Amino acid sequence: MIKAILARWKQGHRTMEFPSAGLKLPPRGLGLPRLKPAGLEKAAAACPYGAIAAGEKPGLDMGRCVFCGSCARAAPDEVEFTGEYKLCVSARKDLVITGKDFKRAETLGAELRKIFGRSFKLRQVSAGGCAACEADCNVLQTIGWDLGRFGVQFVASPRHADGLLVTGPVTRNMELALRKTYAAMASPKVVIACGACAIAGGPYAGHEECVGIPPEIPVDLYIPGCPPHPLTILDGILRLIGRID
Amino acid sequence: MKVGHLSSFDFGSADLDSSIFFETAASRLGSGGRALAYFAVPEGKAHRLVMAVGFDREGRVEVYSTLVHGPFKALTPSFPQLHLFEREIFEQAGLKPEGHPWLKPIRFNTPGAEPGIADYFTVHGSQVHEVAVGPVHAGVIEPGHFRFQCHGERVFHLEIMLGYQHRGLEKRFIGGPDGRSIHYAETLAGDTAIGHGWAYCGAVEALCGVNVPPRAQILRGIMLELERLANHTGDLGAMAGDVAYLPAASFCGRLRGDFLNMSALVCGSRFGRNMLKPGGVNFDLDSALMQELKLRLENASRDVGNAVSLLWETASVTDRFEGTGVVSKQVAEGLGLVGPTARASGVGLDTRRNFSSGPYEGFTLSVSGSGDVYSRAYVRWLEIQKSSELIGGWLNALPAGPVEAECGGLKPDSAAVSLVEGWRGQICHFALTGSDGKLRYYKIVDPSFHNWQALAMALRGGEISDFPLCNKSFNLSYCGRDL
Repeated sequence: MIKAILARWKQGHRTMEFPSAGLKLPPRGLGLPRLKPAGLEKAAAACPYGAIAAGEKPGLDMGRCVFCGSCARAAPDEVEFTGEYKLCVSARKDLVITGKDFKRAETLGAELRKIFGRSFKLRQVSAGGCAACEADCNVLQTIGWDLGRFGVQFVASPRHADGLLVTGPVTRNMELALRKTYAAMASPKVVIACGACAIAGGPYAGHEECVGIPPEIPVDLYIPGCPPHPLTILDGILRLIGRID
Repeated sequence: MKVGHLSSFDFGSADLDSSIFFETAASRLGSGGRALAYFAVPEGKAHRLVMAVGFDREGRVEVYSTLVHGPFKALTPSFPQLHLFEREIFEQAGLKPEGHPWLKPIRFNTPGAEPGIADYFTVHGSQVHEVAVGPVHAGVIEPGHFRFQCHGERVFHLEIMLGYQHRGLEKRFIGGPDGRSIHYAETLAGDTAIGHGWAYCGAVEALCGVNVPPRAQILRGIMLELERLANHTGDLGAMAGDVAYLPAASFCGRLRGDFLNMSALVCGSRFGRNMLKPGGVNFDLDSALMQELKLRLENASRDVGNAVSLLWETASVTDRFEGTGVVSKQVAEGLGLVGPTARASGVGLDTRRNFSSGPYEGFTLSVSGSGDVYSRAYVRWLEIQKSSELIGGWLNALPAGPVEAECGGLKPDSAAVSLVEGWRGQICHFALTGSDGKLRYYKIVDPSFHNWQALAMALRGGEISDFPLCNKSFNLSYCGRDL
């Protein structure tokens, strides 16, 4: 027992402050992209996922982007990934970066905010994918991040959940389980698409084995990244329930 | 035919007459050989069966192939390690292994198949009951279906039915390499991005005949060992959590993140994504980064030692770890288990030693012995210390020079076997090119493909309440197995 207490003392208090000023991704991390709207042809050609449009309506779709950095390596003057981790949005179209203002995720309406703002329980469904998104959701539950202090918690049953957090491209083999989980949740309920796969298929975009989140399961929050950094996930969830703005 | 691990060979010369193929396979598997991969490549209207066999003691790889037009002789009855390979061949190619005990689907990816809908092994009796769990589990975890046949608390049998994560990866390598191939490799199992990424790069480099510069090899080694450190530390924490010992669970949960952040320091991604490319690596270390890494490694290693030592000194932990979920050495060898799971059962296999290459010359092995949860925990602790030592040594002696070499085209009509010791165990990639120098077939064997059966065996005769602990002690990949 004494050894456990000594260890506790040695390990110290390690919960990070969040949000805090100056917080950003590691120096080589790829966060919010910045574009020059003209001359994106080279960058567009380098993207294996067609996430970059050149020409009349230039833009980078963070929903399709797996943040591999191929574009920035091919066209370093036109595309740059900043260390900004606040990437989440409320509408799919807002994931397209055009060089104009980036519209961050909005808080739920007043009524939902009243219900979820101080206690928000999430049921996570892993529906295909590589399990890296799951790992970065799990890390939020460790003492380093302490998700519970914000009133947010992952729960075991959809019956106990206010929100559904989906990861993965939704394989054919998981479609039914996802639908059943959503149906089992009491209303009102919200849906979070976490990671490139859940948003637009990620590295598996176009695979016949994957069907995507069905339209009957409307998404309220998009968390881009492959996988998203835990900072990005936490920021998105807290914005959604109005804990930060 | 004897082939070099990580060097290309003429695929045609592995061809054998059908009867000789099965005789040779049986004699090799009966004399210390272990199936690294066994699969069917379409060839016109027929198929070519290909088997790669590893001889761990000698560090030798042999490859055989034969043309088949229909049903073929199952080897599973004599060699249980092939059971899933033969089911896979039946599901993917429609070729029936005659004599296989039970050809159940493994990924439910054929027309009309529905996930989880299959015959299950059942036990009958007035007091026997069945417990079914999944595909959606209680935690933030991948999907899979588990069916227990129980008598009270006691488990007679556990059947594990997966396939929910199947997203069609293997066939997407065909026609490559292209811009997406490395991303497929890195996301075969997201917690093994470096392990699988390296196996893919190794296969491509072998087929290009390119030599990776020493500095790049060591940078890869650093990333592979960081990946191992993060996952082993996380696993020890998760096992502590499952026996309700929260101090070690909390500390290790945080420390796992510290190792992931060290990977992010090198390449920007906590999972090592974007670090590797065929021919070398995308990121180098300057002296400031090396100093920072050394400092962080020292701190994290010290804290892990402090947190993990609590496990061995706490009776309530050791009481739950010892004797739980035993996998005997005989079972481990019979099923062809790999990685820390095999080493915890006393099997002396580690790709870094047995099939040593790149920065791992002279690597020595860690084995534990009794095959229980305690051994699987302890072997991880031994490996944590070794990985930490390796990285420390490499950071002190990083050779100068370039970090990538130019890869040319792939040699046509050739094949290569690439083995890497991922943190879960041996990863095998088998690449085959066509006459156009493009990938004609690509076979991936994740360590979990071998090891899931070990979890079922570990539960046999145990208590159902020990399932979470046993499961964590293996911590297998669903996506790596489902592809």
